[in-house]
Amino acid sequence: MHDHALAEQSDALRLRSLDDLNRLRKQILDKRDPDQPEIVVCHGTGCLANGSADVSAAIRSALDTSGIEAKVVPGIKTTGCQGFCSHGPLVVIRPRGIFYQKVKPKDAKEIIEKTIVQGDVVKRLLYKNPTDGEKILHEQDIPFYKRQTRVVLHNIGKIDPTDISDTIASGGYQALAKALTTMTPEQVVQEIETSGLRGRGGAGFPTGRKWRSALTAIEKKGRPVYVVVNGDEGDPGAFMDRTIMEGDPHAVLEGLILGAYALGANQGYLYVRAEYPLAIKHLTIAMEQARACGLLGDNILNSGFSFDARINRGAGAFVCGESTALFTSIEGNPGNPRPKYVRSVEEGLWGRPTVLNNVETWANIPLIVNKGGDWYAKIGVPHSTGTKVFSLVGKVNNVGLVEVPMGVPLSTIVEDIGGGVPGGAPFKAVQTGGPSGGCIPYELKDTPVDFDSLTKAGSMMGSGAMIVMDNRDCVVDVGRYFLRFLEEESCGKCMPCRLGLSRMREILDNFSEGKGSEKDIEDLLSLSKAIQDSALCALGSSAPNPVLTTLKYFKDEYLAHVTRQKCPAGVCKNLITYSIDPELCTGCTSCAKQCPVGCIEGEKKKTHAIDTGLCIRCGICMDTCKFNAVNVI
Amino acid sequence: MITFTINDQKVTAKKGWTVLETAREYGIEIPTLCHHPAVKPSGACRLCMVELKEKNWSKLVASCIYPVAEGINVYTETPRVHNVRRWILEMLLASCPASPEISALAQAHGVVSTRFKIHDPSQTCMICGLCQRICEEVVGLSAIAVVDRGVHKKVGSPFMRPTDVCVACGCCLTVCPTGAMKDIFDTVRGEPKMPLTQLAM
Ligand SMILES: Cc1cc2nc3c(=O)[nH]c(=O)nc-3n(C[C@H](O)[C@H](O)[C@H](O)COP(=O)(O)O)c2cc1C
Ligand code: SF4
Ligand code: SF4
Ligand code: SF4
Ligand code: SF4
Ligand code: SF4
Ligand code: FES
Ligand code: FES
Repeated sequence: MHDHALAEQSDALRLRSLDDLNRLRKQILDKRDPDQPEIVVCHGTGCLANGSADVSAAIRSALDTSGIEAKVVPGIKTTGCQGFCSHGPLVVIRPRGIFYQKVKPKDAKEIIEKTIVQGDVVKRLLYKNPTDGEKILHEQDIPFYKRQTRVVLHNIGKIDPTDISDTIASGGYQALAKALTTMTPEQVVQEIETSGLRGRGGAGFPTGRKWRSALTAIEKKGRPVYVVVNGDEGDPGAFMDRTIMEGDPHAVLEGLILGAYALGANQGYLYVRAEYPLAIKHLTIAMEQARACGLLGDNILNSGFSFDARINRGAGAFVCGESTALFTSIEGNPGNPRPKYVRSVEEGLWGRPTVLNNVETWANIPLIVNKGGDWYAKIGVPHSTGTKVFSLVGKVNNVGLVEVPMGVPLSTIVEDIGGGVPGGAPFKAVQTGGPSGGCIPYELKDTPVDFDSLTKAGSMMGSGAMIVMDNRDCVVDVGRYFLRFLEEESCGKCMPCRLGLSRMREILDNFSEGKGSEKDIEDLLSLSKAIQDSALCALGSSAPNPVLTTLKYFKDEYLAHVTRQKCPAGVCKNLITYSIDPELCTGCTSCAKQCPVGCIEGEKKKTHAIDTGLCIRCGICMDTCKFNAVNVI
Repeated sequence: MITFTINDQKVTAKKGWTVLETAREYGIEIPTLCHHPAVKPSGACRLCMVELKEKNWSKLVASCIYPVAEGINVYTETPRVHNVRRWILEMLLASCPASPEISALAQAHGVVSTRFKIHDPSQTCMICGLCQRICEEVVGLSAIAVVDRGVHKKVGSPFMRPTDVCVACGCCLTVCPTGAMKDIFDTVRGEPKMPLTQLAM
């Protein structure tokens, strides 16, 4: 709302120096009254899906009809995802920081009348702490936010991503101006090297080292060199890159321009998956506004350095996130991995030296250039510096996006921030690293979450998806799920991946039916090894990870399937039996009414029983019974 | 010239050669399926994997695409290499059960049966894409395509309809490592625009 008009007066707006940028920043800040209330409505994908666009519209119209004096009229701001999507739509009243959750359009009037006009709180919209039932007033006191360290996400939830003046007010493009006016490209590369930043896209390759080898390749082959953003994010359950692109698009863009300056690139690409329309929209707006301000395009900030970028929509395949497949896709061919043993810093896009980094990696760059590599290296742990954003999903109370320093124990993320498993039982395992990551069992809950410790535990950082499992999740079933996903997503070119993954899944299918032997478990291990050793790209070679880690930590559960024909988690339909505990059954009849095949018998107020011969093991009776009388073994 | 070792034997190669080319030059056997000297290597079958060893690490690479480099140590018959070959052949036996070529190759490497379920007893094609590559790169026609991805991958004429682009040169038939093209060929070739007799003149 504040300065939307700014972006439109293109030439007048063109910034020609660091001073210009600072003057504009001061001008924007001076116009703002820090005491003026501001109603912040989350317009991230999760909240929008829950109706937050209607909420902000309702707040707007409630304001129009409220007759508040001009002096106290609050601003309304819509932001990117604030991370706590499971409680959306979120509305935060600043500067007091009052945090309303699950807000509906009909609550708008009350928020204006009570909170804005009278200064009171609408209690029913506050967040209730599931552990003690206390209502929490302020955003910063909610355990989900309290234990986080928001570095990369520092702007998200505070700025309007579609308005560059908000970004500039919060310090955006300061790093770029600093680099262009006071640093050589070499100094920028050195800062990144000093920071110890490692790529956030999966493999954790040191970013500074990647840039350095690109420079070496340029020495040999000359320019052009390209810089590319990997915004393909195909892991099921992952949404950190989407959140950054939607909520703080200028951070990604500024990082990319800095990288281009460091390497002497004049053209960049942002490869964003087509299923992320809002990210594409916000990045497009950001690029237009940055161009209008002279921060992108010809002669940036009159420094003589020119760089522009364009967006490519991802083809929608998981494998297109793999670096060589991504390049083939940008070049206009089907996104299949390239079989060459050449590094992409030497031979990337169109055979030219190319630096590909992940969205979150790029978003870290301006912070490092601004505050220095030394500052950055102090966050986290020695070999994994900085913070990492995780998407926490599965059997966990606080589903959402979490940013913590590298090296915090797994339990801090899952239990302290995530609030643990609903119902309070300990988690069974956490799958980290996406479909080709591994499962870390509860016994290793103190594992520091950093690149090397996760690898040591047999898993990996991957992109940062964390799927929490409880004792109702079966490891055989989980393995089948991920294999099926990768089977569908494999490009199918090489035999170990195309044939191997479905054959592994077939072995697990047998296990889930109680067919199989200990020999099959050995075969699974040796076939996994063969696939790891021979697949053409990392999709195939990392695909056996979920099975290998669960075999390592939950071998007994596998054995239960093959030797005792039992599924201890009660998931594999062919191996379970539902029964009713006569001690606990009150004869309420609910289960009998819900059973789809009518195989539960019993008189009212008398013990009920299941005809196991007819039962199709759908589990509805168990979900229905309020007295926990239905068992499954 | 580049000097390195294969199975501890000193070998020399020209710059730009692959490990496989060098091995063949020296008569060292490495099994392959999707490789053909007439087309660019594609690295699809992974049967040609060899182990590269340094002091305290080793990794497997596809010899048909791995460029030679000074001082590397290549091993073609290690337990890891055998494990890969065994599983690929065992899986191919189940996927292309009707291919005598595959059975013979598997047998030559001691794989005589498969633990896997055979879904289509008449299948012969392993979808290695060699036919497509030869048609495109050598014949210059692209009458055959590999479509779809993952488990749905198929080979045939575009849209799986007979095509008159094919000139029946037979190149694909000759290079197909499984004999599958014999069966597929009739579905590829449509009514030719020009009778073959006329073409020969
Ligand atoms: C199958 C597969 C999918 C991948 N998907 C992504 C992705 O969606 N986003 C991403 O940043 N990296 C992805 N990667 C990793 C990239 O290949 C590459 O390593 C990364 O983008 C490099 O950036 P970084 O150094 O900043 O991590 C994927 C890798 C594989 C093998
Ligand atoms: S490993 Fe899988 S995704 Fe990668 S090239 Fe082979 S078939 Fe394609
Ligand atoms: S719902 Fe539970 S308590 Fe009620 S009849 Fe069924 S088993 Fe008994
Ligand atoms: S599991 Fe489903 S089919 Fe079986 S008794 Fe319960 S409700 Fe009926
Ligand atoms: S027909 Fe032969 S050459 Fe073509 S893909 Fe099938 S096996 Fe390979
Ligand atoms: S016979 Fe037809 S399909 Fe085969 S290589 Fe020749 S032109 Fe191509
Ligand atoms: S979309 Fe609003 S919190 Fe995630
Ligand atoms: S021959 Fe090398 S991968 Fe097929």
